[in-house]
Amino acid sequence: MQQTLQRSLDSKTRQRWNGRLGGLACALCALLPVAGWAGPNGIKIGVLTDMSGQYAAISGPGSVVAAQMAIDDFGGKVLGKPITLVSADHQNKADIGVAKAREWIDTQNVDMIADLVNSGVAIAVQKLGAEKHRITIVNGAGSTALTNKECSPFGVHYAYDTYAIAKGTATALAKQGLDSWFFLQADYAFGQALQSDAARIVTGLGGKVTGTVKHPFNTTDFASYLLQAQSSGAKVVGLANAGADFTNAVKQAREFGLKQTIAGLLVFDTDIKALGLATAQGMKFTTAYTWELNAETEAFGKRFLAKHNAMPTMSQAGVYSSTMMYLNAVKAANSDDAEAVMKKMRELTVNDFFAKNGKLRPDGRFVHDMYLVEVKSPAESRSNWDQLKLVATIPGDQAFMPLAESTCPLIHK
Amino acid sequence: MMDIPFQALVSQAMLGLNNGAFYALLSLGLAVIYGMLDVVNFAHGAFYMLGAFLALIGLDYLPVWTGIEGLRLGFWMALLLVPPLVGLLGITVEALMLRRIARLQPIYGLLLTFGLALILEGLFANHFNSGGEPYGGKPAALEGAVDLGFMMFPRYRLFSMVLAIVVCLAVWWGIERTRFGAQLRAGTENPDVARAFGINVPRLRSLTYFLGTALAGLAGVVAAPIYTVSPHMGSEIVIVIFAVVVIGGMGSILGAVVTGLALGLLEGLVKVIYPPLANTVIFVVMALVLLWRPAGLFGREA
Amino acid sequence: MSAARAPGLLGSPALLSWIGVLALGVLLPFLVYPVLAMEMLCFALFASAFNLLLGYGGLLSFGHAAFFGIGAYVCGHAAKVWQLDPLLALACGTAAGVMLGVAFGAVAIRRQGIYFAMVTLALAQIVYFVLLQAPFTGGEDGLQGIPRGALLGVLDLQSESVLLGQRAAWGLYGLVLAVTVSGHFLIARVLASPTGLALRSVQEHEPRARSLGLPASGLKFGMLVLSAGLAALAGALKALVLGLAALTDATWQMSGEVVLMTLIGGVGTLAGPAVGAGLLRYLHHTLAGLGSWVTVVLGGIFVFCVLVFRRGMIGEWLAWWQRSRAAVGSSGR
Repeated sequence: MQQTLQRSLDSKTRQRWNGRLGGLACALCALLPVAGWAGPNGIKIGVLTDMSGQYAAISGPGSVVAAQMAIDDFGGKVLGKPITLVSADHQNKADIGVAKAREWIDTQNVDMIADLVNSGVAIAVQKLGAEKHRITIVNGAGSTALTNKECSPFGVHYAYDTYAIAKGTATALAKQGLDSWFFLQADYAFGQALQSDAARIVTGLGGKVTGTVKHPFNTTDFASYLLQAQSSGAKVVGLANAGADFTNAVKQAREFGLKQTIAGLLVFDTDIKALGLATAQGMKFTTAYTWELNAETEAFGKRFLAKHNAMPTMSQAGVYSSTMMYLNAVKAANSDDAEAVMKKMRELTVNDFFAKNGKLRPDGRFVHDMYLVEVKSPAESRSNWDQLKLVATIPGDQAFMPLAESTCPLIHK
Repeated sequence: MMDIPFQALVSQAMLGLNNGAFYALLSLGLAVIYGMLDVVNFAHGAFYMLGAFLALIGLDYLPVWTGIEGLRLGFWMALLLVPPLVGLLGITVEALMLRRIARLQPIYGLLLTFGLALILEGLFANHFNSGGEPYGGKPAALEGAVDLGFMMFPRYRLFSMVLAIVVCLAVWWGIERTRFGAQLRAGTENPDVARAFGINVPRLRSLTYFLGTALAGLAGVVAAPIYTVSPHMGSEIVIVIFAVVVIGGMGSILGAVVTGLALGLLEGLVKVIYPPLANTVIFVVMALVLLWRPAGLFGREA
Repeated sequence: MSAARAPGLLGSPALLSWIGVLALGVLLPFLVYPVLAMEMLCFALFASAFNLLLGYGGLLSFGHAAFFGIGAYVCGHAAKVWQLDPLLALACGTAAGVMLGVAFGAVAIRRQGIYFAMVTLALAQIVYFVLLQAPFTGGEDGLQGIPRGALLGVLDLQSESVLLGQRAAWGLYGLVLAVTVSGHFLIARVLASPTGLALRSVQEHEPRARSLGLPASGLKFGMLVLSAGLAALAGALKALVLGLAALTDATWQMSGEVVLMTLIGGVGTLAGPAVGAGLLRYLHHTLAGLGSWVTVVLGGIFVFCVLVFRRGMIGEWLAWWQRSRAAVGSSGR
C-alpha cells in the first residue's frame, strides 16, 4: 500500500513538473499551440480527508486504506487501465479542501473524490464537483444538506446522514420515556444539520427541546456548556458533535457529575475505544456498520484490522463499499465519463457486507439498512474490539428521510 | 434570557475563575519577561503547550520510546520536572537568539518569538494528533468532585485554581520582597545603573527568561488533565493572554494577576448572560481600557 | 526598521523590479498552476498594502488579516446574496475594509511600536469572532459558493479556455492581474507624492516632523485607512478566485504570515512584499503534502529573517546594487 502511494506520489510530482516545464517552454517560444497534457486515461480516485486532526481516527488514513483495499480487490484495473489512488489532507478547512480538489481535477484529472469527512468541506467540494462534472462520494460527513438544499447530480451521500442517526437514537430513547432534550451543538454545517434533524424528530415523537448551546469545532473545555445543560432540567443531553468533541464532552459530563442521560448522536467504534467500555457502557446509538453484526461484517473488519491496526468505522467501511460500487459502475458503463457512470450507479443494486439491497436515489442518498446498537459492559466484552451489540435493525426505507420530504431541487423540477 | 438562575450564574463564575487562574499564571510570566527584557514573548503560548506535551510524553510516550516502564513519569513528577525543563529551553532561546537582537526595536523580538511559536506548534502537530490527545495522568487523590453546595466542582479543577493563585502570589512576593526581586526591578528600571552597582545584568536576563517560561510550562502541566493536550492549545490562548497583559499594563506583575482573574470571571459571567459575546468580551474590554487609560489599568504612561 | 529601508523608490533599481514583476505577472500562469498564480497575485497586493504601513509608516499591524478577511466576506456576500456585478462586489469589499480601517485607526493610531501591534491584534480578534458568529458568514464552513459572475455583464470570469497550451479562466486572470497592478501603481503614486514624503519624514523622526508642523497622526491614520482598503480589495479578489471566503483569511496566523511575506521580500521596498508573497504562497502550495511541516518551515524562515536577513530579498538586492554602483554609499547600516 505504502509503495503504491509512494509511486503515485512520484508520478504526480513528475507530471506536475512536466506540466510546468512544458508551460514554460510554451510561454517562452509562444509559437506552437501544444496539446494539453491530459493524464493517462486510467481511473484516478482522490481520497480527501482529515489526515491528522479531529476526524483522523474515524476517517483519515483508515479511509485511504479502505479505498486501496477496494482497488486491490477489484483487481487494480478497470477497462484495461490501471486505477490509481491519491490522497490529501484538507485539515478540516473548506478552503484548503476546495483548493486541493480543484487542483486534482484541473491538473491530475482525478475522476472521483472520496471520503470527504467534515460537512463544511464536503458541501464545498460537492459543489465544485457539480460545477466541474466530477463525481463526489461522501462517506465521512453527515449533513443532510448534501442531499437536500445542496444536492448535486454528481454527488453521492453513502454511509449515513444526520437524519438517519438521529432518528434511530431518538426513537429508542423516546420509548424509554426520555422525551425532553437539551443539545450541545458543534457550530458548523454538520452540527447544525444534526441538531435540527434531531430536534425535528424529537418534537415529531411528542417530545420537547428545552434548549441548544453551540460550541466551536474542536472545543477542549465543555464545562460551561455542560453546566447549562445541567440547569436546563432536560432528561437527555444530546451531543450534536463528533470525534474528539464528542469524547471530551462525555468525559467532562462524568467529571461534573451530570445525572442526565447523555445521548451521542454520531458515535464511531473508535470513539467507544477512546472512552473505554466502563465510561460508555449502556449508551445506545445508530450506526451503518460495525464489525460485530455478522460473519460478513466480521470478515471485512478483521481484514481491515490487519492492515490498519483498528477496526473500521462506518465511514471507512463505506469508503470501501462505495469505491467498489463506483468501479463496478465504471465497468458497466464502459466509460469514465461522470454522467454515464452516475447513470449506472443509479441502476446498480449493492449487495455486500455493508449494504443489503442498497440503492442510490435521485437526490444522491444511498439507501440501506441502519442498526441501533448498545455499548457492552466490560463484563460482556470478550475481546479487545468487542464493544457493541445489536438492538434492532432499521430498514432502509424507514431509516432515511423519505424522498418526498427532500428539498433537493433536482427532484422537484 | 430574562431570568438567569442564580445557581447557574455562580457556577459559571466558578468556572470563569478557574480559567482566570490560568490567565493569571500565564500573563504573569509574560509580564515578567516583558518588564525585564522588553520582549513581547509570542512564544509564551508555545511554551505552555510544550509544558502540557512534556507531561503527556512523560506519561504515555517515554516508556514506549525508551522501552523502560520505570521511566513513566506521573503527574507529580511532571509538575516538578517539566517547568525547569521548559525554563532551560527558554534560557537557550534567550542566549542564542533574543540576545542578538536585544538592541533592535522590540518589534523584532515579537516577530522572532512568533516564528519560534510556529516552529514548536508545527513540530508537535506533526507528531501528535492535531485535534489533541487526552492526558490520563490525573492523580487518583484528585479524582471526583466536591459538592460546593451550589454545584459539583471537580476536585482537580479546584486544586489547579488554588495552585495557580498560590504560585502567582509567591512570584509577586518574590519580586517585591526578596533581594533577587530587588535586583530584577533595578535591572528593569535602569540596566546601566544596575550594572554600575555590580549586578550581573546578562545573568539576570537569563534568569528572568527562565522564570517566565517556566511559569508557562507549569501552567501547561496543570492544564493537561483538564483540557485535551493539543498542539494548538498555546496559540488559542496566547492572544487572550496578550490582551490581559495590555489591560493590566505592560510589565505590571500585580496588574497581570488581578486582570487575569477578573477577566476570567467576566468571561464566565458573559457566557451566561450573552454567550455569543463570550469570546470577544476580553478584547472589547481591552479596546475600552486603552481609550480610557492608554497605559493599562496598572501601568505607568511610558 | 530603518536599516531595512532603501531610498530611491522610483529610481532605476525600483523601475527594474517593476518591469520584472510585471513580466512575471504575465508569465506566471504558464509557470505555475493558474489558480495558484491568481492567489499569488492577491497575496502580493495584500502584502504590499501591509508594507505601506510597516515600511513607510513604521507601524507594525498584527491585525491585517481582519481587513483581508472582511474584504473577502463582504465581497462574497455582495456577489452571492445581492448578486452584484463582480466589480461592484469588489468595491463593496474594499469599502468595508476602509470603514474597518477607520475604526481601527480611531482606537489604535496614537499607540506606537509594540502597543500598536498588540492593539491591532486584539481588534482583529474581535473581527474574527464576528465573522465566525455572524449569521451571514457560514461559521466554520466559511461563505461558500460565491459566483465569479461576468464582469460588467460582459466578460465571463467563470469559463475556462486554452491559451498557448495552458487552460485557465483567462478572463478572471486578466481581472486579477489588472487589479493587482493598479493597486501597486496606486501605492507607488501615493508614496511618491508630497504626502508620501511627509509620511516618511514622520517615520524617520516623528518629534521633528511634528515640530515642522506635519500632522503626524493624521498622516498615519490616512495610511492605515488606505492600507486597510487595499488589503480588503486583495481579500475580495481572492474570494472571487476561490469562490469562497474562509475563516482562515481572518485568523491572526494570517496576520503573521503577511508580516513574513513583507519581511522576506524586503520591508520598505516596493517590489519586496509582492515577491515575498508570491514565494510564500508557492511554498505553501508545494509543501502542502507535508502537513504541519509547512508551519515549521514558515517559522524557520521567520527566525532566519529576523536574525540575519532583516533587509529581505529585494532589500539585500538593492543594497548590493547600490554598493556596486559605489558612488553613493548604502544608507542603511
